[in-house]
Amino acid sequence: MKVLVPVKRVVDYNVKVRVKSDQSGVDIANVKMSMNPFDEIAVEEATRLKEAGTATEVIAVSCGVAQCQETLRTAMAIGADRAALVQTDVELQPLAVAKLLKAVAEKEQVNLVILGKQAIDDDSNQTGQMLAALLGWPQATFASKVVIEGEHAKVTREVDGGLETISVKLPAIITTDLRLNEPRYVTLPNIMKAKKKQLDTLTPEELGVDVTPRIKTLKVSEPPSRKAGIKVADVAGLVDKLKNEAKVI
Amino acid sequence: MTTLVIAEHDNQQLKPATLNAVAAAQKIGGDIHILVVGGGAQDVAAQAAKVAGVASVLLADAEHLKDFLAENVAEQVLAVAGDYSHIVFPATASGKNVAPRVAAKLDVAQISDITAVDSPDTFERPIYAGNAVAIVQSSDEKKVITVRVTAFDGVAAEGGSAEVKTLQAVADSGLSSFVGREVAKNDRPELTAATVVVSGGRGMGSAENFKLLEPLADKLGAALGASRAAVDAGFAPNDWQVGQTGKIVAPQLYVAIGISGAIQHLAGMKDSKVIVAINKDPEAPIFGVADYGLVADLFTAVPELEKAI
Repeated sequence: MKVLVPVKRVVDYNVKVRVKSDQSGVDIANVKMSMNPFDEIAVEEATRLKEAGTATEVIAVSCGVAQCQETLRTAMAIGADRAALVQTDVELQPLAVAKLLKAVAEKEQVNLVILGKQAIDDDSNQTGQMLAALLGWPQATFASKVVIEGEHAKVTREVDGGLETISVKLPAIITTDLRLNEPRYVTLPNIMKAKKKQLDTLTPEELGVDVTPRIKTLKVSEPPSRKAGIKVADVAGLVDKLKNEAKVI
Repeated sequence: MTTLVIAEHDNQQLKPATLNAVAAAQKIGGDIHILVVGGGAQDVAAQAAKVAGVASVLLADAEHLKDFLAENVAEQVLAVAGDYSHIVFPATASGKNVAPRVAAKLDVAQISDITAVDSPDTFERPIYAGNAVAIVQSSDEKKVITVRVTAFDGVAAEGGSAEVKTLQAVADSGLSSFVGREVAKNDRPELTAATVVVSGGRGMGSAENFKLLEPLADKLGAALGASRAAVDAGFAPNDWQVGQTGKIVAPQLYVAIGISGAIQHLAGMKDSKVIVAINKDPEAPIFGVADYGLVADLFTAVPELEKAI
């Protein structure tokens, strides 16, 4: 079973982004970039499937600028066997990414695609579901446990109020939630090894996909900021404020 | 211009998230219809028909729709999508699961998690964990939208008298099947709908210590929440998680206990009306957003607070 793992290069989760003064977007120049944390979980899961003998090959793919190669090298250092970059400088939106991934999934004849449930930059939570729809495959989103059983994947999902388990027929799409696994630390020898692994570059044109954005960002602004309140001296002071000032208890 | 709102429900009760989504649909303008997809969900359709401002309710009811499998629900929405300018889902686990599937099949870009409607094609949505707000305009003819429920005050659950139309259920896709559900059973209000939320962070120290929050939550009639750090450490279940990657809440009162206030946690609770923080570290970022901060050891302050209320 071949597994495809799409990964996205995003602003590192520890960075607090700033809105550009012309309000055209957020300033990401000279900001630390990393692999989207949910995608790291996806690479880890695929790697574990390979280590367990369930998967035969793990292919990482990223869509975007040339620097996404770094993200793909990280994926290969975790355990992906090879990688492909669909390179473009056009701003990619989830629908376009899903179309590119469909083309790659078909080209590579994969049976399973594992993706992060959302990227921490645009917080869209769309790509996996869209890819499933375009391929006509079933989806198991927000996964916290994955068991491959023959022609099916049994997936436990994080839903409102608890967990549910579904069974999807392969080929299928799985999107990862936080508790699926804890990604391993990437070791130096594996980083060195990853440098020698195969990394192909494709273009949206080669894949026959129109990636023109459908959504235009008119303006990006700072959210209304919440000002810090006061410190109270003790519990009695707190209760007094809640009762008599805020009147919430 | 007519908007279709996809109902959030459990085959028995229409969930309040639906009322928030209808409120967003009202801001868009035009007629509003509600689609109920479920199994044995006639009561839900009857409740939906009473929702204020709703012109029509569509019910697709079948055994293979009762577990809300994304493949089947999306097909059911697509079966009627042609009649609508806007298709609106609440941004719940279920809405987020199905909406992109519908959007992709219609070849339209989805607008996720909107917090305001500026015009029928222009919406506001938070990005970067709420550290920026984008105003986005869709060039697609049909708009597929998910609505951040805490950003819109729900419409009245009563007052309408729409007629319920029964749709022919789509065929079972056969691609997926439901195995089981583990729903935490307790008497507490649902986290996203609660008026008071008591949340614990890594400062709680252990899953055992999290129980310390229960008497306080009981007294306040609160839902229990947790930071991602506490969930990652195994102190609390993931469905308690408040934050960018968990649930977005905006209660009247949010009590953050032993929570430092990471960006990703603040993204999930900073729209709460009143925020209280109890933390022994006076420099904790949570105090930067708290209306009332108490620098104290939570193990003494929490029981004391519970007694004092």
